[in-house]
Amino acid sequence: MKQLTLATVGALSVAASTLSTAVQAEDLTLCWAAWDPANALVELSKGFEEQSGHTMNFEFVPWPNFADRMLNELNSGGKLCDLLIGDSQWIGGGAENGHYVKLNDFFDSEGISMDDFAPATVYAYSTWPKGTPNYYALPAMGDANGWFYRKDWFERDDIKAAYKEATGDELGEPKTQKEMLQIAQFFQGREIDGKKVYGAAIFTERGSEGITMGVTSALYPWGFKYENTPGKYDMEGAVNSAESVEALEFYKEFYETATPPGYTNSYMGESLDAFKSGQVAMAMNWFAFFPGLYADADTGGDKIDFFVNPPQNNAGSTLGGQGISVVSYSDKKEASLEYIKWFANPEVQAQWWSMGGYSAHNSVLNSETFPDSAPFAGDFLLAMENVQDFWQEPAYAELLLAMQKRVHDYVVAGQGTAQEALDKLIEDWTEVFEDEGKL
Amino acid sequence: MASERSPMGAINMSDKTIDRLAGATPVRVARKIKGLSDRAIAWIFVGPTIFLLLAVNIFPLIWTINLSFTNFKANRLNREVEYIGLRNYERILGDSDIWLSMQATAHFLFWTLFFQVLIGFTLAWLINKKFKGNDLWTTIIVLPMMLSPAVVGNFWTFLYQPQIGLFNYIVTFFTGADPSSFEMLGSVDLAPWSIVIVDTWMWTPFVMLICLAGLRSIPDYIYEAAEVDRASKLRQFFTITIPMVLPFLMLAVLFRGIENFKMFDLVVQLTGGGPGSVTEMASINLKREAFEKWRTGYSSAFAIILFVTVFGLASIYVKALNKVKER
Repeated sequence: MKQLTLATVGALSVAASTLSTAVQAEDLTLCWAAWDPANALVELSKGFEEQSGHTMNFEFVPWPNFADRMLNELNSGGKLCDLLIGDSQWIGGGAENGHYVKLNDFFDSEGISMDDFAPATVYAYSTWPKGTPNYYALPAMGDANGWFYRKDWFERDDIKAAYKEATGDELGEPKTQKEMLQIAQFFQGREIDGKKVYGAAIFTERGSEGITMGVTSALYPWGFKYENTPGKYDMEGAVNSAESVEALEFYKEFYETATPPGYTNSYMGESLDAFKSGQVAMAMNWFAFFPGLYADADTGGDKIDFFVNPPQNNAGSTLGGQGISVVSYSDKKEASLEYIKWFANPEVQAQWWSMGGYSAHNSVLNSETFPDSAPFAGDFLLAMENVQDFWQEPAYAELLLAMQKRVHDYVVAGQGTAQEALDKLIEDWTEVFEDEGKL
Repeated sequence: MASERSPMGAINMSDKTIDRLAGATPVRVARKIKGLSDRAIAWIFVGPTIFLLLAVNIFPLIWTINLSFTNFKANRLNREVEYIGLRNYERILGDSDIWLSMQATAHFLFWTLFFQVLIGFTLAWLINKKFKGNDLWTTIIVLPMMLSPAVVGNFWTFLYQPQIGLFNYIVTFFTGADPSSFEMLGSVDLAPWSIVIVDTWMWTPFVMLICLAGLRSIPDYIYEAAEVDRASKLRQFFTITIPMVLPFLMLAVLFRGIENFKMFDLVVQLTGGGPGSVTEMASINLKREAFEKWRTGYSSAFAIILFVTVFGLASIYVKALNKVKER
């Protein structure tokens, strides 16, 4: 009888726990851009599904439409996404417009410390107002704009000799921006294995953020600053400084003398295509793509190598990457927070890096084995030490589109001078900040 | 339907038809509408349409006019909305970038209409000649307008590609220039023409079809009478063909003009408004202001200015069209 009672109690307990799991199990939707790391995240999240009983769904939007699609979703209070890996520049709008859940209390209650993540990523992806301990996202994907090149071409004796003869320098990974231009110009129009090749693929896209991300990769190493005094929006003399003008002129020269013909509206996809098709010697792109590039059967492996955005007056890389936030309009906030908690786990973070995602967790980045764990890992660490991001203001879209227009007008369309482009940019940005009541 | 015309000109249906229609009305409905005046019944039928028109067209228009006097931003719902009078209108009319986009729109509008009318009419005139394979050629010519603008934009992007594009190779074939030496979509000088070429390629058949309808509506006896009067072919063309096709041609220009004034999809696919802003049409600029920068008040004012421009121009044009018809 006692055994029967125990068996009955046991069976009831199992049934109750099953029922409990069934009641709590949720269908969560995570929104992000459609790119290589997103596929890795799908695989990674299977671990969460097994552990929690929740089901993960994914909504991935191609990069050129990602901001439009997701910001529309947030602005309309949509419930499509429970979790959103939104671009770093959205953090201001996400926080001020109430789109993102503030995570401080949750982090405190779960023992998640922002000190465990790389400071640059916490600053850029999580905090609003900038640098204050108000967290609206967990750093999810560290990223920066870097470079990759045809190592097999750089190592060929005939090409090295030709470079030496043409420039007097040794061909190798460029140490400065100007050296990089020199190398790109050397390859421009050169015939290699019977095929005409070009210098480098850079960002020139007009519609979303492309040319701004490319141009800032030149501006930051020249010492570009958005403000003279942080938080004062005093841009005169900073945005249009002599160094900024020189950097913008440099980018235009790069575009005109060292890129493939017809390269007037190109971003990530075009850069990858140009490199994989053997059209260019070098290309700029986000570190997120580097694992895929290295694995490429035709141009990866021994044929490719990577380098951090070269310095000029100082080191500087354009920040990419995103934090993961809980959308405040979601009906499944509890389950979404569970995902964040699971994702913050150091073991999951280590797995994330091994699968192709760029963890921002110190336990991964500071590990002794990290710099040698991939051919681009050391460069990634270097890049993250000197990253700079675009404005992260709530009005970031207006600020971005103004810059897209001004720099595209100058660099690609050849209208006006670099000084005029930056002066006009200040006028545009001033108008935006006046509308925002910040000036 | 059996009907007869009353002395006053109104159409009276026969008793048989009225009985049939009355019989088809369910008894319950018939009982309900019994006793209602003709005017009331008319309102019952027209009411839903008027309601929809008000809800879908008139209310948004009034709301847009209201928003155009504010600093409202649709992505900042928690921000206080202020009425700022005519500031948005002043800003728009004083913004050189807006005027550049209007200039780009005018360039596109003028040249697409010019080429489409010229080539469309010529094609219609040729197709109207009776020859073997006439129907087959008509079908082939109208194919481009059956395609989606997104598809057309995409494949013309490839055709214009400086290294592998067919367009550049054809130009090279005739001129001997290096195919990579010019960029149709990337050059400030050529990009405005590249979108004119694509729109002309796509929509000339539409103009051709309307002109063809006009040409085929001219009775043969008019030409026969002109022949009897020994009028030359050229004289017949200018005194019979052109005047009689003109109302059709003007209608085609009206349709294409309205469409091209709000051109968006094709240009976005081809150039995205670039290089720089040389092909940024007013509609692209408006979309950026409204749904990328989220300046709702500002973009509402811009939309109203565009609406008034199109409405004003179209009204003047329709009056001219009616005068031509009356002649």
